[in-house]
Amino acid sequence: MTLLDVRDLSVSFGRSRTPAVRGISFDLAAGERLGVIGESGSGKTVTALAVMGLLPENATVTGSISLNATEIVGLDEVGMARLRGDVISMVFQEPMTALDPTMRVGRQVAEVLRLHQGAEPGAARERVVSMLGEVGLTDPQRVADAFPHQLSGGQRQRVIMAMALINSPDLVICDEPTTALDVTVQARVLEKLDEVLTASAAACLFISHDLAVVSQVCHNVLVMLDGEIVEQGTVADLFNRPQHPYTRGLVATARLDQIEPGERLPTVEDFHARRP
Amino acid sequence: MTEPVFRAEGLTRRYRNGGAEVVALDSVDLTLDRGRRLGIVGESGSGKSTLVRLLAGLDRPTAGRIWFEGTEITGLPERRLGFLRAAVQMVFQDPRSSLNPRMKVGDIITEPLRSRLVRKELADGDHRARLAEVLAEVDLPADSADRYPHEFSGGQRQRIAIARALAPRPDVLIADEPVSALDVSVRAQVLNLLTDLVRSRGLTLIVVSHDLLVVRHLCDQLAVMRGGRIVEAGATGAVYSQPRQEYTRALLAAIPRIKVG
Repeated sequence: MTLLDVRDLSVSFGRSRTPAVRGISFDLAAGERLGVIGESGSGKTVTALAVMGLLPENATVTGSISLNATEIVGLDEVGMARLRGDVISMVFQEPMTALDPTMRVGRQVAEVLRLHQGAEPGAARERVVSMLGEVGLTDPQRVADAFPHQLSGGQRQRVIMAMALINSPDLVICDEPTTALDVTVQARVLEKLDEVLTASAAACLFISHDLAVVSQVCHNVLVMLDGEIVEQGTVADLFNRPQHPYTRGLVATARLDQIEPGERLPTVEDFHARRP
Repeated sequence: MTEPVFRAEGLTRRYRNGGAEVVALDSVDLTLDRGRRLGIVGESGSGKSTLVRLLAGLDRPTAGRIWFEGTEITGLPERRLGFLRAAVQMVFQDPRSSLNPRMKVGDIITEPLRSRLVRKELADGDHRARLAEVLAEVDLPADSADRYPHEFSGGQRQRIAIARALAPRPDVLIADEPVSALDVSVRAQVLNLLTDLVRSRGLTLIVVSHDLLVVRHLCDQLAVMRGGRIVEAGATGAVYSQPRQEYTRALLAAIPRIKVG
């Protein structure tokens, strides 16, 4: 069953003539995990923000984004707010900026619950603490009473995950969720993410520039370049038999572990000449 | 017997954070010979950046001593550190914050040459000629000099930072997370550039990174840090193939690898 159906989506900003996203189409089945890879400026974050309805006012959006048969393009703020945090949620890159520094994290997670489920403060606390436990935080009671700055980067990112998952959304959008974390913490957070996504059967749009990370979380991948989708397929196909020259370059540069130390590394330009 | 480039004994750095004392670096000993490429890996807070800042003379140790080419630098006043400033140059993680946005690229690159301290150490030369040389070395167009940092992409800005570091013809290049702020697609280019430069100019290289694959690629020696101490050190290949410490094994196991199927 198709959960998210994106058709001919274009996004441009202000009076800029070059759109950030140019007529892309893709769909996502319920429970499917789709990785979006590409470099900065390729349009991956803009696509995610369009699905979340979080684009700034000066953005012009054309085409269609349909989520559970509800059209998101042109939906008013009231309608969008009803979906956001409930049917779709988002895990941002920087857990420090995504959390309110003046509010205990338990209350921040409870807020999401209260907004959509109208839960009573006391009852919410119980749900929040159990959710914090589910994302792998030891001592969730203490974490719930902490301010963001009292937590480590990995703990903060788990809090963000708890916020994104507490209403059992159909779709979770992750934008570079582990880029700011240490490798060991990243490995644990990814493992947990995989576990909670599996448990909740939520679909996931996973944005990353790190191909290895995408290959660990996703079933399918699409590659963006200059606002367009240049290739999509299963993780196995795309990494073993990349077709588009740009994808071939990306895959080659990502395989740092397969190159003799000190040897010249292949670059994307070896495969794909960039637009001037 | 030639002197090592850097030698450090019992290097310790403590900070006061509010009332609490933080030990960022805890009696570290280190010897680095000329022409070696040392990688320092560890998680945030392991002390790796503190260590290189002490070596570069950007910070002073609470205890311990450092020698640069046989000359002790601990306790030397700033005005006598000119030789160190000329010989040891740094490249930082994020070229958006390490390059002054209001300066033209040409002025940024030649700034170390104009420094009063460094100038004494260098043979008088033509700054414009040197600028053209280093721009060519890092593969940037000659007309870059008259432009501002914001006009360049992330990878190009990191090249500007590398050009600035090369300008005074240093012996040692210290790179603190040189590619972690860059896209994968430009990471390879910057790594190739660093490899070529180190080889062609016989530089001694110190690379700080949380990315073990980057360090494996660039460095022949490896030091693993945790909690302000070096917990394991040795030849890069040996540490990778036979890590002795549980912690090193955990770090290696956490490297994200492409998983297919």
